[in-house]
Amino acid sequence: MAQKRVLMKGNEVIAEAALRAGCRNYFGYPITPQTEVMHYMAKKMVQIGGNFVQAESEVSAINMVYGAAAAGARVLTSSSSPGISLKQEGISYIAGAELPAVVVNIVRAGPGLGGIQPAQGDYFQATKGGGHGDYRNIVIAPASVQELYELTVEAFNLADKYRMCVMILGDGTLGQMMEPVAFRDVEPIEVYEKPWACTGRGERKEHNTVTSIYIDPDVLEAKNRELQDKYAVIEKDEVRYEAYGLEDAEIVITAFSTCSRISKNVIRQAAEMGIKVGMIRPITLWPFPSKIISDTAAMPNVKAFLDVELNAGQMIEDVRLAVNGQKPVYFHGRMGGNLPTQKEILDKIIEIHNGGNN
Amino acid sequence: MAIVFQPTEGLTKKPLHYCPGCNHGIIHRIIAETLVEMGLLDDAIGVASVGCTYNSYEYFSCDFVQAAHGRAPAVATGIKRTHKDKVVFTYQGDGDLASIGTAEIIHAAARGEKICAFFVNNAVYGMTSGQMAPTTLLGQVTTTSPFGRDASYQGYPINVSELISNLTGAVYVERVCVTDYKNIMNAKKAIRKAFEVQLSGKGFAFVEFLSTCPTNWGKDPIEAMDWLKEKMIPQYPLGCFKGADVDFTKSDDNEEVKA
Amino acid sequence: MIDFSVILAGFGGQGILSAGKMAAEAALFEGKEVSWFPSYGPEMRGGTANCSVVISDEPIGSPVINDADVVICLNQPSAEKFEASLKPGGVLVIDSSLFKFAPTRTDITFIEMPASDIATELGNMAFATISMLGCLSKQTGCFSRASFESALYEVLPERRHKLIPGNLNAFDKGAEYAK
Repeated sequence: MAQKRVLMKGNEVIAEAALRAGCRNYFGYPITPQTEVMHYMAKKMVQIGGNFVQAESEVSAINMVYGAAAAGARVLTSSSSPGISLKQEGISYIAGAELPAVVVNIVRAGPGLGGIQPAQGDYFQATKGGGHGDYRNIVIAPASVQELYELTVEAFNLADKYRMCVMILGDGTLGQMMEPVAFRDVEPIEVYEKPWACTGRGERKEHNTVTSIYIDPDVLEAKNRELQDKYAVIEKDEVRYEAYGLEDAEIVITAFSTCSRISKNVIRQAAEMGIKVGMIRPITLWPFPSKIISDTAAMPNVKAFLDVELNAGQMIEDVRLAVNGQKPVYFHGRMGGNLPTQKEILDKIIEIHNGGNN
Repeated sequence: MAIVFQPTEGLTKKPLHYCPGCNHGIIHRIIAETLVEMGLLDDAIGVASVGCTYNSYEYFSCDFVQAAHGRAPAVATGIKRTHKDKVVFTYQGDGDLASIGTAEIIHAAARGEKICAFFVNNAVYGMTSGQMAPTTLLGQVTTTSPFGRDASYQGYPINVSELISNLTGAVYVERVCVTDYKNIMNAKKAIRKAFEVQLSGKGFAFVEFLSTCPTNWGKDPIEAMDWLKEKMIPQYPLGCFKGADVDFTKSDDNEEVKA
Repeated sequence: MIDFSVILAGFGGQGILSAGKMAAEAALFEGKEVSWFPSYGPEMRGGTANCSVVISDEPIGSPVINDADVVICLNQPSAEKFEASLKPGGVLVIDSSLFKFAPTRTDITFIEMPASDIATELGNMAFATISMLGCLSKQTGCFSRASFESALYEVLPERRHKLIPGNLNAFDKGAEYAK
């Protein structure tokens, strides 16, 4: 039973969702445009007897996350692009030690200090590793404040289920905007036993250790194979996407998060002009919804793809791999913190409709 | 026949990999013994760092988390905040704690994080083969100060205990060594006191152990012990820098903590 | 189908962001889809502040507005900046108590209302933006007075409910300036 819709800021909803998911540990460092997550936690976490620590750096914050996760807790940190770069060391260790943790990246424009306005320039970093070594994070891209809530709760379940880092990839738009959100009365919290956690030996005969170091190459290779086997299961079971008007689409837009919202309105405008446009919106960026894209590319009604992103073209590489040359894939992107207008995207659609030569 | 000496149940049976004459074995042992004597073994969670002791979790028989280079105090913070009723300690070397992990140790101390940090200072990077450490003495030859550490070129050693003792959140700071029976017993007392601080909930406890690295110093074990006494102690004087007069087992001693 | 967008802009501290939020709350009370998006970053402190509110029957695409139906300005730099963001036929509302402005566009409706004077008269400067919301409501029908009132009861903590009659008074006075 959902409660009545209330107007809330995306960043605050992330924090509220984490609390509802049973997370009682937050470690972070201030950075625009995600600081409201911290502000919310600083107050609420203390009120409910949880842990809030403003760390001395993002590096330290992610290692506090590592510690709390190793101790068996549900734990959250949030940051924005430059801060997420600093957290990559810890995220790699979290992957190596197979610890459950949720990391939120409210992406801003880069590279370097860049700007503070919305962007999706961290797609590669989020989906291709980011830190050192062969590992994956589950990467979830909500497109609304309501989804920020639901998918943040889900992120904690997935983190515990697979003992790995789940990253929520938002952007400055989603984090800063207010939208109505309806909370559930009861959260679908999945409880996973954590017999591996370092909780003090207590009654246990053997001591538990959490580590990511395996000096023997054969042992480390076996460990890596275990990780890859786990990732294969996730690629099979956890792909999420929204498909929209594919049956008779002439052009299919691929876009995630903020870009998918803008594109949906464009699809309506295009329909009024008699151009049939569909959309595939990846909700999990890793695992990537390759199959639906590949299958859609094979449909005779589909003439072309248009990938829309807030970057120079990052997800388009995964789209092209999935399309695998079956149809042309066009691109429209904005950078620096700018969002594409509906008109820009519509113009691109018209250009492609008219035989596009981009 | 009476048993006069036996392995401590605070350590596993795994043989140590440390070099002959290295002090890590002694320091491991007295920490483990103290945990057992205080009845804390089942409640203890250690944090291993990066350096020669990266796998100390294989030797201690309590729960152990391995941390990234320099980050042990942050990891310990996450653990302790999660399990406030457990005893959490870090075990870190000088490269780890005094170089790459300076921010983490300073801020854990400043927060008065209720953990113990055991800092092993042997004035050199051991595992990566003898590079200059933040604690390398002036004139000391290492693989990255091949002509001896020159203050005008490589700066000065960091006296970490003195530094930490300036922070209000650190309530007990002591520097010890384990060169002989008397010093070992003294070091063990310091370890006990550090755990007592944690049990009292009064703040951050820090014990620095001066230690040898015969391999990277190019000395035999006896020479190394002598070098520690003759060269290191003048730069790093032994003693308690904070909390000496406080009995942390008494709950009303909070007021007496002084800098 | 309603798909309505308004930009509110002025100096930080004039209550721009909360006024925008109240507009969104009122529309939400009517069961509309709404979004509220602030300018954020360094300019938040002492500089200009603005927010974009979108009200729609359909899920909202971009919360960032390129073509606004209405622009409400409480300072001159904002009027100069956002006049260009109006759709043809859009409405520019300014607080004429604070500054004078001559629009360069001829395809818009221009409303000058002495919002700060209304607020001074009612004894609470926070009512300036509320009076402008009254004008917005009356001019466009993007939310009703009744919804605004209900939203106030819902959003304001109980101890501040005594301020609601004053708010409504300001709202009504502002509505008189609709064209």
